[in-house]
Amino acid sequence: MSIEKNKKLNIKNFLTGMKKEIKKTCDNDVEGWIYSLEVKEHFFFPKNILFDDYSYKADGVGIVGSPECGDVMKVWIKVDKKNYRIKECKWRTFGCASAIASASMMSVMATENGGMDLEEAQTLKPQQIVERLGGLPDRKFHCSVLGHEALREAVLDYFKHAKQ
Amino acid sequence: MKTSRIYLDNASTTPIDPKVLDVMFPYLKEKYGNPSSLHLEGRTAENAIEKSREKVSSVIGCRKEEIIFTSGGTESDNLAILGIARANKNKGKHIITSCIEHKAVLDSCKKLEKEGFDITYLDVDSKGKISLVQLEKSIRPDTIMVSIMYANNEIGTIQPISKISKIIKENKVSKPIFHSDACQAVGSLSIDIKKIGVDVLTISSSKIYGPKGVGCLYLNKNIKIEPIIFGGGQERGLRSGTENVASIVGFAEALMISENIKKTENERLIKLRDYFFKEIKNNIKDVSINGDIKDRLPNNINVSIKGVEGETLVLILDDKGVSCSTGSACSSIDLNPSHVLVGIGIPLELAHCSVRFTLGRYTQKKDIDYTVKVLYESVKKIREMSVRVPLEVSYK
Repeated sequence: MSIEKNKKLNIKNFLTGMKKEIKKTCDNDVEGWIYSLEVKEHFFFPKNILFDDYSYKADGVGIVGSPECGDVMKVWIKVDKKNYRIKECKWRTFGCASAIASASMMSVMATENGGMDLEEAQTLKPQQIVERLGGLPDRKFHCSVLGHEALREAVLDYFKHAKQ
Repeated sequence: MKTSRIYLDNASTTPIDPKVLDVMFPYLKEKYGNPSSLHLEGRTAENAIEKSREKVSSVIGCRKEEIIFTSGGTESDNLAILGIARANKNKGKHIITSCIEHKAVLDSCKKLEKEGFDITYLDVDSKGKISLVQLEKSIRPDTIMVSIMYANNEIGTIQPISKISKIIKENKVSKPIFHSDACQAVGSLSIDIKKIGVDVLTISSSKIYGPKGVGCLYLNKNIKIEPIIFGGGQERGLRSGTENVASIVGFAEALMISENIKKTENERLIKLRDYFFKEIKNNIKDVSINGDIKDRLPNNINVSIKGVEGETLVLILDDKGVSCSTGSACSSIDLNPSHVLVGIGIPLELAHCSVRFTLGRYTQKKDIDYTVKVLYESVKKIREMSVRVPLEVSYK
């Protein structure tokens, strides 16, 4: 690794460290919010909600969870046929704050930097979503983070239709 | 944090009445004595506790020595259930309770099951009431205690307490002791023990505009009980530990105040609550009420709003300055939906969509109007992002 690159990496590490530090301080402010600030942002201002689901033409649709368990997530994707990357990722969720925030964050991750590769989308891990959300309480982790599963279902649905 | 908040979670706890705080202050500052001490400071504290005991006993119509001060509703319930069961196990090891009791009662019963007791958990109907027939049938020769809450904390359903007492007292099979958790009932229902006919009654201070961490157990003098806390032998040996003097004084004052204004407050709250519910129904589609409409605490509204998950709604309302609570699994520590809502047979997907508003002494009509407005907006926002399938059918 060149010195230049190393330097950049060090600065990046330093900045992320500082960001985490600031976040920690803010998160301790219990009067402010019960989850991380990132969760707060995605909960109050969710990204990529699908409002016109009746007319939306998706390439793949995935739905996971059940209303009895308190969390259902539906994901719609559009795929760029040239490079097999996700062009659009929309969702609707019935669930708690962390379910909404994790759906929103997943949709951002799936579409940022030119879109997620379909293979990558199938192997997205819940830990990756939670990490980007600045963490979630343990008890919330397993039940409410459904984004990766819904996305995988949507990609599989796309493949199913693409084959036909 | 918004400066002006609308607090509609009074069943969880109430703000302290300024008059209560005033009578407590001296016992936090200059009158700091330990009631067990012989000297002036000790006697002053002792005197304050006995005066408070007198006040409490006058409100519920019992003898002074039948009041045991505790650290609150949970401890009173624990002491009643564990203490009475263990002290009377030579007479039998069967206890009857209901499936919608507070966890302080249910978990004490679970503990007793491990000690070899047999517990019958009575069912409730869709309104949250126990069946008097089932109660009567459940009484066995070895039944030593029945514990049924006076009014439910989540859905506000009031049990027919005098009728329950009558069945227990008049049955020919055995003579069980009747305990009732009245934490939610105090302040709106009669707690005259001669009228309601209970042997043991749990009362908490934190729901009646008194301080937290204090409450009492009314205990009929003829009842055999053993302590669950050991030490210096305070409270007739039933509750060791230096008394929480200031809080006991505050609790007694809070109880007196709430008894004095009970009638007018009930009338005011019932009007306000019915108006609130009417407004919710007029403005929001697909809302169902949980619990009974008639036999219900004056301050309780518990509804399920289809497609709107409870924790999400509570947090969005909180952001808009309104405090309320939910029986949704997502908001609970054990991640199970409310055992009360499940107990009355609410489908799980609607239990997750439950929200409880409990009005209080400081709630005004304008607070309700604002709440309905933000509730409407919040429900709209949440439904816009909620999954339609498989809830689709109910939307059409």
